[in-house]
Amino acid sequence: MLRVYFDNNATTPVLPEVFEAMRPYFSEHFGNASSIHHHGQDTRAAVERARESVAELLGCRAAEIVFTSGGTEADNLAVFGVAPSGSHVITTSIEHHAVLNACKALEARGCSVTVVPVDGQGVVAPDDIKRALRPNTALISVMMANNETGVLQPIEAIGQVAAEADVYFHTDAVQAAGKVPIDVTRLGADLLSISGHKLHAPQGVGALYVRRSTKLEAMFYGGSHERSRRAGTENVPGIVALGKAAELARTGLERSDDRRLAAMRDRLEQAFLAIDETGVNSAGAPRTPNTTNIHFDHIEGEALVIALDLKGLAVSTGAACSSGAIEPSHVLTAMGLSPDRARASLRFSLGKQNTMDEVDFALSLVPQTVARLRELSPVYRKLEAARH
Amino acid sequence: MPEPKTIAVAMSGGVDSSAVAAMLRAQGHNVIGLTMQLWNQRRLSGHEGMPEQVAGRCCSLDDVYDARRVAETIGIPYYVVNREERFERDVIRPFVQEYLSGRTPIPCSLCNNHLKFDQLLIVAQQVGADQLATGHYARVAYDDRRGRWLLKRPADTSKDQTYFLFGLTQEQLSRTLFPLGDMLKPEVRELARQHGLALAEKPDSQEICFVPGGDYKRFLDAYLAEQGEKFPETPGELVTTSGEVIGEHTGVHNFTVGQRKGLGVATGSPLYVIQIKGGTGEVVVGKDEELFSTTLRAHRVNLISVGESDLRDPMRVSAKIRHRHPPAAATLQMVGPDEVLVTFDQPQRAITPGQAAVFYDGDVVVGGGWIL
Repeated sequence: MLRVYFDNNATTPVLPEVFEAMRPYFSEHFGNASSIHHHGQDTRAAVERARESVAELLGCRAAEIVFTSGGTEADNLAVFGVAPSGSHVITTSIEHHAVLNACKALEARGCSVTVVPVDGQGVVAPDDIKRALRPNTALISVMMANNETGVLQPIEAIGQVAAEADVYFHTDAVQAAGKVPIDVTRLGADLLSISGHKLHAPQGVGALYVRRSTKLEAMFYGGSHERSRRAGTENVPGIVALGKAAELARTGLERSDDRRLAAMRDRLEQAFLAIDETGVNSAGAPRTPNTTNIHFDHIEGEALVIALDLKGLAVSTGAACSSGAIEPSHVLTAMGLSPDRARASLRFSLGKQNTMDEVDFALSLVPQTVARLRELSPVYRKLEAARH
Repeated sequence: MPEPKTIAVAMSGGVDSSAVAAMLRAQGHNVIGLTMQLWNQRRLSGHEGMPEQVAGRCCSLDDVYDARRVAETIGIPYYVVNREERFERDVIRPFVQEYLSGRTPIPCSLCNNHLKFDQLLIVAQQVGADQLATGHYARVAYDDRRGRWLLKRPADTSKDQTYFLFGLTQEQLSRTLFPLGDMLKPEVRELARQHGLALAEKPDSQEICFVPGGDYKRFLDAYLAEQGEKFPETPGELVTTSGEVIGEHTGVHNFTVGQRKGLGVATGSPLYVIQIKGGTGEVVVGKDEELFSTTLRAHRVNLISVGESDLRDPMRVSAKIRHRHPPAAATLQMVGPDEVLVTFDQPQRAITPGQAAVFYDGDVVVGGGWIL
């Protein structure tokens, strides 16, 4: 069966160049990067080259990059690293669970947390962040791009709020890295998370940018790896892959790959908008070029995802819980979508490997499947009857 | 070989539904595995001493894991759909309400009517399946003469689940398959073994899936505490069948008809709960022989093999008043809109309001209703 993958915000395939770059670091260059002998020196050099490459993608110094096991660990390290017990933290209602649940855990440790709402387009107002400030605010954490809608937040303005208040500012840039240019200085971020597998490196590696002079409490106790900010032997093949992926992301942005993604995304949206009672969630907000979140009213997104998967198209709705069942999206709900419309929404997220032919394949399936599901929906049939 | 069809299988992670999936796949059908996530087993943990997580039950992550492994072994697509809200509305809430009103509910029938053969059947249709197959021990057949779909007892009578399926409508039956209806349980386990399914030896589930350890009182406590609802006070008197007050009790939910232990009174001869009066909170107790009666009324009736008009005249049936009850000869008659009267040839012990009465004509399910 022909299979088309439009769920790149969940994970991306490892690009062939990335795989080639990491391949020698399993059996050939296998040393522990902390060892003093040849083998260790060999992999240490590779890790540091990767660090430089990631630093270049983010516009920071190599020494400010801490490698982690992924985006979740980077988010946790940032949140727990700078918010001492008794302090106040500001975040938003549309964050990834890696941040939201870390903040919940902070509350249990005696911190207070303000969750700032978003508007109908899913955008946070910097003024709302400013108003939430308290004398004991230690951290503001606002994501750069949302995983479900692709909405880009006004990070620079929020960075200014944080700088004026002299509060640490963390941004989860997991869904932004490689899709839009990132410059930590311009953003005013003290901490910024990225994840390897969202930009064509493998799962199990990520990084946290930590601005020099940031007082960060480590989470793990162990050796003095990563300048004592993250104990544990480095995942060398993963780090090498992340370095290569960061390099490809940077050259891709220079080559305007984002415009190719946006062209595919726009074609999808145009065709979907021709279907009755269908709309783009957050259409009025600035968004990453690869993501579109569509509501096909009167259907269940869950059923559409399954029906499309059975025909070879992989897309998603909301976030999956541990059983694999679909939960109502906290992001769409926070934007004020009705539960029905949130349940009728689907995310299509494109990647570098996707082609216009694949977009056409999707367009040959989605409208007819939506029509069939609506035929089966008693609510829709009743509405149709009332209209005629 | 039957004509290949697209069939959705309701997979619970147990031996029976796994064997169904493997069997239909081997027959060349296009099989889609589905599991409903109905209840978060960890939800009430921390309330009133509920355990952390209960493995090996419906909706536990272990079961979803098992079902997923089976799907992977036999090579079929598999999906989990979330119906927690529906389950709470249509099964948990009525379950709690019934107990608090002094009745003894059967959540499995509610789950079959409102979830498995409603929601899951809809999902099956949505994803393009013609039929839904489950691992229930029952048979379904079309009767040309009557022009009706029939629900029948299975070959393995010790596993008969028709009691829980009496609520199925003609529409639901027409789209349902019970592939285990002609098989014996040991054959089903053997089939699972032959297909290399690791769970072939997994024990049968026995309890109500969301009530850990079968302790429903603890569940009621924990659920109401979680909901921030006060446990309704339903204290009342313990009264003998002759009207003598012999004690008091703290709430009607502590009793079920036929119960002997835990009455909190000491008398010479053993006493049993005969009747629970939800309205006044009175719990009537008496001797074992007083538990027997020859008639019952049931409402919210679903008829399968006959129409309502067929019951204007009394019909000879055998009737079951609980899952493990041997069917007893009786006469069935419609006595009002959506209400039947069942008159047994011999008195039956502990007819319990809230349970189902299911009527059989030989191995054919005539229909059933909820005991008043």
